[in-house]
Amino acid sequence: MTRAERIAACFLAIVAGPAAWLSDLFRSSRHFRLAVSLAVLALFLIPSSVSAQSDCLACHADKTMQDSSGHSISVDGDKFSASIHGSLQCNNCHADIKEYPHPDHIAKVDCKTCHADEGQKLSTSVHSSSKEHPCTSCHGSAHEIYPKTDSRSAVYPLNIPRTCGQCHSDGAMATKKGLPSVYPHYMDSIHGNALSKEGLLVAANCQSCHGSHGILSSKDPRSHTFKANIPKTCGTCHAKINDDYQGGSHGHGIAKGDLKAPVCTDCHTAHAILQPTESAFRMQSTPICGSCHKDKLSTYHDTFHSQLGLLGGYVETARCWDCHGAHEIYPASDPRSPIHPANLVVTCGKCHKGANKSFVQYQPHANAHDRRLNPALYFIRLFMNLLLISVLTFFVIHTVLWLIRSRFDQVRRNSGNGGDHA
Amino acid sequence: MPELAQAVAPEVKTEAPASERFFVRFTRQQRYMHAVLFTTFLGLAGTGLPLRFSDSIWARGMAGAVGGFGAILFFHKFCAIALTVAFLIHVKEIVTRGIYRREKGIFWGATSMVANWKDAKDLFAHMRWFLGLGPKPQFERYAYWEKFDYWAVFWGMIVIGFSGYAMWFAPFFARFLPGWALNAALVIHSEEGLLAILFIFSIHFVNTHLRPDSFPMDMVIFTGVESEKEFEHKRPQEYARMAREGKLEARLGQAPAAWFVRFARIVGFTAIFIGVTLLILTLTAYFD
Repeated sequence: MTRAERIAACFLAIVAGPAAWLSDLFRSSRHFRLAVSLAVLALFLIPSSVSAQSDCLACHADKTMQDSSGHSISVDGDKFSASIHGSLQCNNCHADIKEYPHPDHIAKVDCKTCHADEGQKLSTSVHSSSKEHPCTSCHGSAHEIYPKTDSRSAVYPLNIPRTCGQCHSDGAMATKKGLPSVYPHYMDSIHGNALSKEGLLVAANCQSCHGSHGILSSKDPRSHTFKANIPKTCGTCHAKINDDYQGGSHGHGIAKGDLKAPVCTDCHTAHAILQPTESAFRMQSTPICGSCHKDKLSTYHDTFHSQLGLLGGYVETARCWDCHGAHEIYPASDPRSPIHPANLVVTCGKCHKGANKSFVQYQPHANAHDRRLNPALYFIRLFMNLLLISVLTFFVIHTVLWLIRSRFDQVRRNSGNGGDHA
Repeated sequence: MPELAQAVAPEVKTEAPASERFFVRFTRQQRYMHAVLFTTFLGLAGTGLPLRFSDSIWARGMAGAVGGFGAILFFHKFCAIALTVAFLIHVKEIVTRGIYRREKGIFWGATSMVANWKDAKDLFAHMRWFLGLGPKPQFERYAYWEKFDYWAVFWGMIVIGFSGYAMWFAPFFARFLPGWALNAALVIHSEEGLLAILFIFSIHFVNTHLRPDSFPMDMVIFTGVESEKEFEHKRPQEYARMAREGKLEARLGQAPAAWFVRFARIVGFTAIFIGVTLLILTLTAYFD
């Protein structure tokens, strides 16, 4: 379509459109005076001013229409009128277009004009430097924005992960900025599964934890994902677990400002959250506790629980939280703790049917290398090691000498006989 | 009359010349016992090592190969029960022969497994011979290292078996054992098991099978018989005593069938191969 044709088409739309409407009005004498006055008004105003969608769509409905840099500037009128902004006129947003023909280069639409709050939050967020249009990156095509409760919306709960994943996945924008690829982890997680497989609208999606317009870096103490704020963030849904956690040792640590204490994400991870009964989670959980409780991990490694557990498959063997509790962890001296001496028979009895007072004297973190703490075990291990070393040392020497001597003897005997193998 | 001898037993194809005499060393029951012992021992070692070195790179693979951890524990316990039964049969045999029937030579004497003064003297004489300082000692029916093998296994089965059952039925054993004994059970079980594995797969294999006198394998534990030449060379004192007492003829046995020797070789070498593989894995994990 040439420029001349386009102008002709616009003129036709602007003049012929209202003319047809006016001719309808003429049929009703009641509206005659109004029609005449409107016609006069139209003749004065319409050729130089544009406001109605249809005016703009006369040109922009053309699907092949592009600007000088090759971007599509066509608008699907049907979709636009069905969108949340469908009742608006084009120049409500494209405010710098006052008349036709309009300049080749028009200003970027500023959504803040109406959405001031969101704009304010966005300008202080991690996304403030986005070179792309910050609103449409998430909300989708500017002329096809739907309310977030509409399943066509890019920010409908079930669509949010895909929307954020456009940047936050392998090889996309976030990777280029040195951020981890979180989308695939999320999709395989318990939240991602609930959302994508079950279509559960209440399943946590990206913005449930990170917020939407005012997303802050997790290093910012005001961020939902700042370490100390994470229990509260997860607690938005997992209220009971948050209460348990806040009552336990780890929760107390965080409340006191000790950021070394673990929060939800330290054990469950942030994006790749697994069902805790899953074997993969049971396999990965122990080293996580052990990353702080190093001495406990090493003594646990010496026990049958760990030896069994490390082989995979047999995941029922006791992991840290089977005995210590998971969220409401108390010190062993606290009567509420499952490892308080009074509770051990019950705690051990969960797996070991028939556990009695003597049975629970078993030390799940015994250290056979510590003479002071576990003298009996220390000396038993020492005796067994000495036995092993002395028996093997003696017999290795004995066998080697024997081998050499009998080979020597055999060769001499054979050559003395005239050599059987000569 | 070589033709006649061949005509009498044409179906028995032997590897040895027909004129060679064979003497019985082990009864059928003793050979079966050894078969049960080494099969279950290989099973116990193969399923126990991945547990002992569960953080090594091969442990999870081995556990997976037999069907995951549940299967490995099942095989371990299955072999343990089979070995326990064999052990109890053996103890019953000793009691029957030694106490009930008052058979001579079970608890004392030249044919007994119990160590005596001659064993101590043999040990020193043998060592002197290794160094070229004296003549080779003349061994009786069971030499001192064979008695050591026997008692090492005997003691090992009691210690490993008891500590193993204590862990298997921990709540039951805790009724009369203190709690820390359960901690000790694992230390004892794994250290003694490791000793048994290292000893059998290196010392026993070499002393009994791979040393030049028996190389590559002493078949007597499979066939039950050995040639007169071998008998006389390995245990001259027993041979002389039997000849003196006129009991040699009573010990005469049949030459083993060629197919059986071949079969026993395959079984034996498989066992040695598995054992040496496990030994290498153990050593790599131990010095990792």
